Amino acid sequence: MIQTTEDTDIYLSSFAAFEKDLCSGEPEWLHQRRRVASENVARLGFPTTHDEEWRFTSVAPILRTRFELAATRGKSVTAESLKRFKFKAWPNIQLVFVNGSYSPRHSSLPSLPEGVIAGSLSEALGTQAGLLEPHLAHYAEPSKEVFAALNTAFLSDGAFVYIPKGVVLETPIHLLFVSSAETTNPVISHPRTLILADASSQTQIVESYVGLESEVYFTNAVTELVAGENATVDHYKLQRESLAAFHISTVQLQLGRSATVSTQSISLGGALVRNHVNAVLNGEGAEATLNGFYLVNGRQHVDNHTSIDHAKPHCSSHELYKGILDGQARGVFNGRIIVRPDAQKTDSKQTNKNLILSEDALVNTNPQLEIYADDVKCTHGATIGQLDADALFYLRSRGLDLESARHLLTYAFAGDSIQRLKIEPLRAELERTLFARLAEGREDREEP
Amino acid sequence: MLEIKNLHAGVGGKKILQGINLRVNAGEVHAVMGPNGSGKSTLSQVLAGRESFEVTEGEIVYEGRDLLGMAPEDRAREGVFMAFQYPVEIPGVNNTYFLKAALNAVRRHRGQPELDAVDFLKLVRERMKLVEMDESLINRSVNEGFSGGEKKRNEIFHMAVLDPKLAILDETDSGLDIDALKSVAKGVNTLRTKDRALIVITHYQRLLNYIVPDFVHVLSEGRIVKSGGKELAHDLEAKGYGWLEEPVGAER
Repeated sequence: MIQTTEDTDIYLSSFAAFEKDLCSGEPEWLHQRRRVASENVARLGFPTTHDEEWRFTSVAPILRTRFELAATRGKSVTAESLKRFKFKAWPNIQLVFVNGSYSPRHSSLPSLPEGVIAGSLSEALGTQAGLLEPHLAHYAEPSKEVFAALNTAFLSDGAFVYIPKGVVLETPIHLLFVSSAETTNPVISHPRTLILADASSQTQIVESYVGLESEVYFTNAVTELVAGENATVDHYKLQRESLAAFHISTVQLQLGRSATVSTQSISLGGALVRNHVNAVLNGEGAEATLNGFYLVNGRQHVDNHTSIDHAKPHCSSHELYKGILDGQARGVFNGRIIVRPDAQKTDSKQTNKNLILSEDALVNTNPQLEIYADDVKCTHGATIGQLDADALFYLRSRGLDLESARHLLTYAFAGDSIQRLKIEPLRAELERTLFARLAEGREDREEP
Repeated sequence: MLEIKNLHAGVGGKKILQGINLRVNAGEVHAVMGPNGSGKSTLSQVLAGRESFEVTEGEIVYEGRDLLGMAPEDRAREGVFMAFQYPVEIPGVNNTYFLKAALNAVRRHRGQPELDAVDFLKLVRERMKLVEMDESLINRSVNEGFSGGEKKRNEIFHMAVLDPKLAILDETDSGLDIDALKSVAKGVNTLRTKDRALIVITHYQRLLNYIVPDFVHVLSEGRIVKSGGKELAHDLEAKGYGWLEEPVGAER
């Protein structure tokens, strides 16, 4: 692995300054985890395309840019500017973060059921440290992935959600992470989310990442989601960053016995996006669903790396990642599944389907199965294709013009990914974006 | 309505149609029969506007216009309809939704007002009854999971909704049992009017007992070798296609 010490130095020197300023007063265990993380950043260095895991995704554009740690709490962000991101028609618990810091005045917390906590992570570190210590920065592998390590090193704020034992939270929680320019320098933020769903609890959580302007910024996010025995969590991540922005994230899921967790990643924005979704099935009978949908055109690059670890027997996992690529966009899907030696009766299904709408779009899809148990059912499949010519002709023979026929078939392709979103405003948002992008694509194609 | 003049066409560099001449007027039903490899499907694909089929010579005039110069959707909007031999399945595209979009595209072209969802559904229900199609198929994806008979009936249902002037039925009877055949034929017959013309392409004479043609043409090796009235179909049934082989040289 080639270490670009110059690049990590830039980040680590600001870490040294940061460490003194903001870590005073924090629990020693957190300080320790931070230091370890920063040591890992130095040791790992930023990846190049010679690294197997980053073969198709170059982070050079990120390393070429000097970012400034966001400092002000987005004082200039108005309520008006956030309206369109807030899913007004849908009753929810809304927590807003600007450049990674919790913004109480933009948030709305109706009265929460007894024991439920939904709020700022940094506040929780002050008042609930005991609850966080066993989990925070415990799971997302800072020793293996440099951007997650960077987030842990610079961890300052984000969301903390706690659902107590047996509580069924009817109202979904919306965590809205907004990036907004503060000075003329591009901003970097490290939003951190920790979700603890205790035994037999039920909850729905949506994380949205948006940018107010169409400028360059870097969101380096980490979410750790721990589901206790028999807990049910529906998690969604809607990425609508600015088309010039960089977004690197890790969603780390820990499932206990009989837990049922689904996480759905919708990637619409960003110039360079890399999503890690890692699920560890750490209790018998756990069930993980990892769905993803990516819609890219222009010169967007989206890389979804997933990993499902069947650590215990009788667990099941389902993955459906679908992508629609247009223009000169690039997509990458890497789906790793590990079935440990004792994980008998594992049932795992992985599917990645890609629709290419233009001649120049490209996608790399790579399933990675490591199966060490012998009584398992593991299926995987990947397709890369264009719109079916026979279907196009059939629709045209009935009177639909070529572009309308293309739209209909493209929408049909996205159809089942859209239907899997159990939250209606999310479905509507995805449909709306899809229609708009298809219309844009049509204009581009009609240009001489 | 339709005049095919000296049509030569082929696919993949292979010459299939070797000079077809055919004239179809409004109100007429023409049957085109022939053995496998005679060029039946090439003829229908060229009429529908399939790009992979190349026309090397000749022309097709539809209502005074050059049909070969028209894109498939324009042919549809001008009233040409093709019931496919192998209707494609399109998962994720709702049968009714797409038909509404198609009908409204046709109506727009004709200067007629578009139908809204309510009126369209009314029309759909009416037409479904006409062609004896099961209403449960309204909300399904186009042809997805349909049996052979249901697919063919769906084609006729589309025809009933789109109200074409010229309908080409490409081996609509193939793969159907006698009951499905009868009911599909019934649907087609309800759409026979003096303003419409029908070209029924078929291998077997059986369908023509139910959709009785005015004219029968026999296709062999890319040419129409014999034309006649409906009795010609009975003769073919009795004597087989081989019967025509002898006089071919003499007739040309």
